[in-house]
Amino acid sequence: MADLNTTFLGISSPNPFWLASAPPTDKAYNVNRAFEAGWGGVVWKTLGEDPPIVNVSGPRYGAIHSNERRVIGLNNIELITDRPLKVNLDEIRRVKRDWPDRALVVSVMLPMTEQTWAKFVPMIEDTGADAFELNFGCPHGMSERGMGSAVGQVPEYIRMATEWCKKYARIPVIIKLTPNVTSILPPAQAALAGGADAVSLINTLNSIMRVNYDTLTMYPATDGKGSHGGYCGPAVKPIALHMVAEIARRAETKGLPISGIGGITDWRDAVDFLALGASNVQVCTAAMVYGFRIIDDLTDGLSNFLEQKGMSSVTELVGKAVPSVTDWQHLNLGYVEKAVIDQDLCIKCGRCHVVCEDTSHQAITHTVNGERRFEVIDAECVGCNLCVSVCPVDGCLTMQPLTSGVDARTGRAVSAEHADWTTHPNNPMRKQS
Amino acid sequence: MTDDAPSEKTSDVRPGRLSAAEIEKNFSDLHPPLSRAEALIEADRCYFCFDAPCTTACPTGIDIPAFIQKIRSDNIRGSARTILRENIMGGMCARVCPTEVLCEEACVRNTLEDKPVNIGLLQRYATDPVFEQNLALFERAPPSGRKVAVVGAGPAGLSCAHRLAMLGHDVVVFSRDEKPGGLNEYGIAAYKTVDDFAQRELAWILSIGGIDVRHGHSLGSDVTLDQLRKQYDAVFLGAGLGGVNELDIEGESAAGVLNGVDYIAELRRTRNKATLPVGRRIVVIGGGMTAIDIAVQSKLLGAEFVDIVYRRGAAEMGASRYEQELARTRGVTIRHWAAPKRILADSHGRVSGIEFERTTIGADGAIAGTGECWSIDANIVFRAVGQKLDMDSDGGDAQTLQRQGGKLSVDKEFRTSLPGVWAGGDCVAEGADLTVTAVQHGKLAAISIDRFLCGARK
Repeated sequence: MADLNTTFLGISSPNPFWLASAPPTDKAYNVNRAFEAGWGGVVWKTLGEDPPIVNVSGPRYGAIHSNERRVIGLNNIELITDRPLKVNLDEIRRVKRDWPDRALVVSVMLPMTEQTWAKFVPMIEDTGADAFELNFGCPHGMSERGMGSAVGQVPEYIRMATEWCKKYARIPVIIKLTPNVTSILPPAQAALAGGADAVSLINTLNSIMRVNYDTLTMYPATDGKGSHGGYCGPAVKPIALHMVAEIARRAETKGLPISGIGGITDWRDAVDFLALGASNVQVCTAAMVYGFRIIDDLTDGLSNFLEQKGMSSVTELVGKAVPSVTDWQHLNLGYVEKAVIDQDLCIKCGRCHVVCEDTSHQAITHTVNGERRFEVIDAECVGCNLCVSVCPVDGCLTMQPLTSGVDARTGRAVSAEHADWTTHPNNPMRKQS
Repeated sequence: MTDDAPSEKTSDVRPGRLSAAEIEKNFSDLHPPLSRAEALIEADRCYFCFDAPCTTACPTGIDIPAFIQKIRSDNIRGSARTILRENIMGGMCARVCPTEVLCEEACVRNTLEDKPVNIGLLQRYATDPVFEQNLALFERAPPSGRKVAVVGAGPAGLSCAHRLAMLGHDVVVFSRDEKPGGLNEYGIAAYKTVDDFAQRELAWILSIGGIDVRHGHSLGSDVTLDQLRKQYDAVFLGAGLGGVNELDIEGESAAGVLNGVDYIAELRRTRNKATLPVGRRIVVIGGGMTAIDIAVQSKLLGAEFVDIVYRRGAAEMGASRYEQELARTRGVTIRHWAAPKRILADSHGRVSGIEFERTTIGADGAIAGTGECWSIDANIVFRAVGQKLDMDSDGGDAQTLQRQGGKLSVDKEFRTSLPGVWAGGDCVAEGADLTVTAVQHGKLAAISIDRFLCGARK
């Protein structure tokens, strides 16, 4: 078994799976259960100033389901902790004492005045917590009060608050970023400039789940009205991966430690985040949908995977795929792939044909010699991967690289030379090759 | 169960072999309907195939992926319309179609997992609300002023009548029976269509308006084809097969030799099935759906021994593999390669047994007796060796209709040899004798009749 022990900002935990700051980490009762189940760490649900905020007494969550009612996406309008600060601090102190080998990070959200940070940061640090995570991500409720994503969307505010926190804290400071921005780089750079030790991302996305088809009002609703919530779960993972990879690969932010968050449900999702540059991961929705026991598959699956890859620690996986992420302009325009259908596996549903015919390149037959048969027409196939994406049979349709000969579509010989947009004759801004 | 044990005191043919409660349980719905949760999961299994093989396999050409997609999106009304637009008896067909040799056999899911999408039950899920809530899904075109006579109120006749009514024509349906519905009402095993479904479906079909059903009108005795041709702009014959083929063997007149179709009809008419006389040892001659239906129902009514005897092998049976399996799991024995030779009777002229001769395929490829004989005891022998056209009582034009293999000959548009006369369903030489086939015949004939009456429509 590969060793899953992880050290993030000097904080060690028996595995790289932390529970994200959210309802599952609201109080000692939940956190104790999580640690008993085997979670490596938790980020305690966001603390704020007293008096505590008030939550609605109606629906806080809404879901998008598959027809089998698997939760694909979840949205919430729950605010930060609604318990008095002292209750939380006492519990954090006790839990950290009881579980010294686990990571215990405290999420905080405070108004944008230096005095509040000066007052609360030492008070929270005194619990023995391992680090701060500044919640600049929540897009609902708190943002209307100038906190959460209202801070996270303005790089200057991120920097300012980060500096205040760093000024009064001795333990590491992680900045949790909102994805509700056009580019994740300015917020990440601001965190770095403010002295942040790491960033964690993504928080939830602004979202409205749907309408109620009977009443034609927003759903879910509180007494007939709804407000937008934060969207999370498997559906947001690709958005999160992009943002993580951007921070990991761009010169401006390269090297800034990342805690990856967004739709992690099984160990393969964790591999995605780690390989794209996160040093550990945080999970919320999957725990809220299935309970804490999913940690067993997460750790077991990751450990088996590392072992099969011949890796002895999580660190070896971190960032492995980052060099493969690049800009479009650097993609090799001379490289050719063609779709190939394994006729022995083909069940003849014709989905590949119809999507190619209707929406792509008319490159798949439906009849050959009077028989129902689906074959790729190499002279039309642009290698787009749509047919592979829609084929219901795993492994039946694959993309195969053309390594020699002539591309039947373009009539051009396949070349081993790299030729991208930067040097392409059609590019008015091309560089001389 | 003491009822099952052979006993000298037990009369050989008597009612009440099982309690009314047991019979009611036996005759409950063969396949209970899907719940919404089940339907959504099953609908999700449909791959929404291009040029779907299931649709090609459906005799009425229902766009199956389209109706399943509509189930998936909770558009049940749209789903039902997609089905019923092609097959007005989509509700009955969801219950009685041999889907295992039609749409479900063609399902691409069979290739990898041998478990097709349950199209039949999904079709029932989509259509049940139509009859429960009597939803109006179709409207009539403006009146054409034309009048069409339809002979027979079975699937072919009603399908033709409904399509004609939709197209704006007025229709008079002549029904031989007290209740219209034809074989849907009288010819289908009771456990396949519970809760008086045939009559509920019929009421819904007629609710479109413009269809006048006249009961107790038989062709020949009450109305003739000559009259209809004179009084109406067109005539559709959907009379079915009124005659029953005989075995043509010695002793066939013995008491206790019955027609399978008559007993099935009797079963459908009888409210309290515990009052029906049931044999202890039953032999069914034949290999089609009727043979299976009568054998299974006899078993469900409490018959102790039920044998189906067929003169060819399992593969040649008209009943599908699924139906054969259904019969076996209900305790019916199926014997192949034996032809009935002689009915044996006791001193009171009652059936006591039946003698068979083993058969084989002869050198000429035809079926032939081997000379080897065997017999089994029987109190009741059911004939289920097919039905035949019965138009003898109409001595006029009806006798001039061209025939093929004993049935009416029709062209691709279901026109008979007589101008202005169309025919479809079991009475024509075209297609398999299935409800779904009859519905398609009626629909295509109606479209042809409409073209004949009004010319091509836009």
